[in-house]
Amino acid sequence: MELLWDGYIEPVVWIVAKILAIVVPLLVAVAYLTYAERKVIGAMQLRKGPNVVGPFGLLQPLADGLKLFLKETIIPTSANKGVFIIAPMLTFILAIIAWAVIPFDEGMVLADLNVGILYLFAISSLGVYGIVMAGWASNSKYAFLGALRSGAQMVSYEISIGLIIISVLLTTGSLNLSDIVRGQVGGIWEWNFVYHLPMFVVFIVSILAETNRAPFDLPEAEAELVSGYNVDYSAMTFALFFLGEYANMILMSGLCVVLFLGGWTAPLPVLEFIPGAIWFFLKICSVLFIFLWVRATFPRYRYDQLMRLGWKVFLPLSFAWVMLVATFLVVFDKVPA
Amino acid sequence: MVVQALAFYLFATVAVIAATAVVTVRNPVHSVLLLILTFFNAAGLFVLLGAEFLAMLLVVVYVGAVAVLFLFVVMMLDINFVEMRQGFLNYLPIGVLIALVLFVELAFVGATWALTDDKIAVLAHPTPAGLTNVEALGQLIYTDYAYIFQASGLVLLVAMIGAIVLTLRTREGVRRQKISEQVKRQRADTLEIKKVPVGRGI
Repeated sequence: MELLWDGYIEPVVWIVAKILAIVVPLLVAVAYLTYAERKVIGAMQLRKGPNVVGPFGLLQPLADGLKLFLKETIIPTSANKGVFIIAPMLTFILAIIAWAVIPFDEGMVLADLNVGILYLFAISSLGVYGIVMAGWASNSKYAFLGALRSGAQMVSYEISIGLIIISVLLTTGSLNLSDIVRGQVGGIWEWNFVYHLPMFVVFIVSILAETNRAPFDLPEAEAELVSGYNVDYSAMTFALFFLGEYANMILMSGLCVVLFLGGWTAPLPVLEFIPGAIWFFLKICSVLFIFLWVRATFPRYRYDQLMRLGWKVFLPLSFAWVMLVATFLVVFDKVPA
Repeated sequence: MVVQALAFYLFATVAVIAATAVVTVRNPVHSVLLLILTFFNAAGLFVLLGAEFLAMLLVVVYVGAVAVLFLFVVMMLDINFVEMRQGFLNYLPIGVLIALVLFVELAFVGATWALTDDKIAVLAHPTPAGLTNVEALGQLIYTDYAYIFQASGLVLLVAMIGAIVLTLRTREGVRRQKISEQVKRQRADTLEIKKVPVGRGI
């Protein structure tokens, strides 16, 4: 009995507790990201944003969640039921499990994988399935077109993201996310975005496209596709898509922070007394603010221009950067051991 | 160890069931989705073997890219189930033949394994001691066999160019957007300011 407790039950309880400690704050963060989005865009458009439910409208996301929870889940008769149900679950699960390798602070990570960045890349490349499956299973033209657009878009921008990750890895010499952050300790001038500034910009734009956010939100272009791949979804199935999409935004911001903005490290050595997790949180918030800012500022891209940007501008640019970084490292004998 | 064994049986069972379902289900889209499930479980088995790099590559390349293309193609198909079943008997002999060849090959592998006395000696080492398997693979590909690896890259490049040449069609009369020209456009190219005398027009 003692063996069973020590060998199996205790570790399992620990792991479940750790997972909950990541997932629950994440879901709260997602809820308040929607609130922040409405407030920020409201402020930029000289409106007030949500301000009725609770003080400053702070209970609005909870009310929205409750509303979605209480609605009826409608499955269209012509839909492919199994795939129709699985698609939102898949989107949501993928957005959650990627968090396993994100380091919040020194040693504060659920799974310190040696191939952490590849794991993240693999999970984010699966994200397209949820959307394509939803579009196909809905058996509707709007949903299908939205899914196809989204699929093509995500596959295209993944390539430039991959190449950007490679050029960062070349200077870090490790696939482990914690090691990538440790390579940037010492202050803001040590962070990767200083050395990879052009790629930092390309990366920010690429993650906008990868998460289907404005100005690249063609898959859900309201004007032409009603709402794209999730047009036939209602209630909790829709909520899962919504949660997944916003969790993905936070995840991509987290990845951006780890790769370019020094993860949990403080921007100045004198500020190191503040815990790393707080820095990490603040940095994620600032990247998320860029997401919202861009949405309120730029009009939507045309589809062919989106593809052109991905394949004819970002791909050659990030390729050239990989070459440049690799050559530099070899010529000046700075290849990390 | 028990947990590992359980994980192995879970991945292996799901992989085998999903792989069987790939060839038996009616709907091709379901087939592709099950194929993806099979890939995913194979990746899980790789992780259990200690080859986590290969596992991630399997997911990134096959699940994340190749299978997406499969899915796109299959979803676009206009499927006629009756027609699909008509060719079944014609293709049966060649299908059985291929299956037989594969089965015999697998049986050979199994038999060599069963007949070897010193099983430890023939065990494939996942990685040389002291190296992570990314480093080990990197050394093999980029140090020991660098030229062969580059050559295989060239073969792929040729295949890619071939595919583009075969499918490239230039249509007459297509008006494409030339972004560089649009950016280069000066005010003088498009605007002309004319003085229009009152009552006469241009």
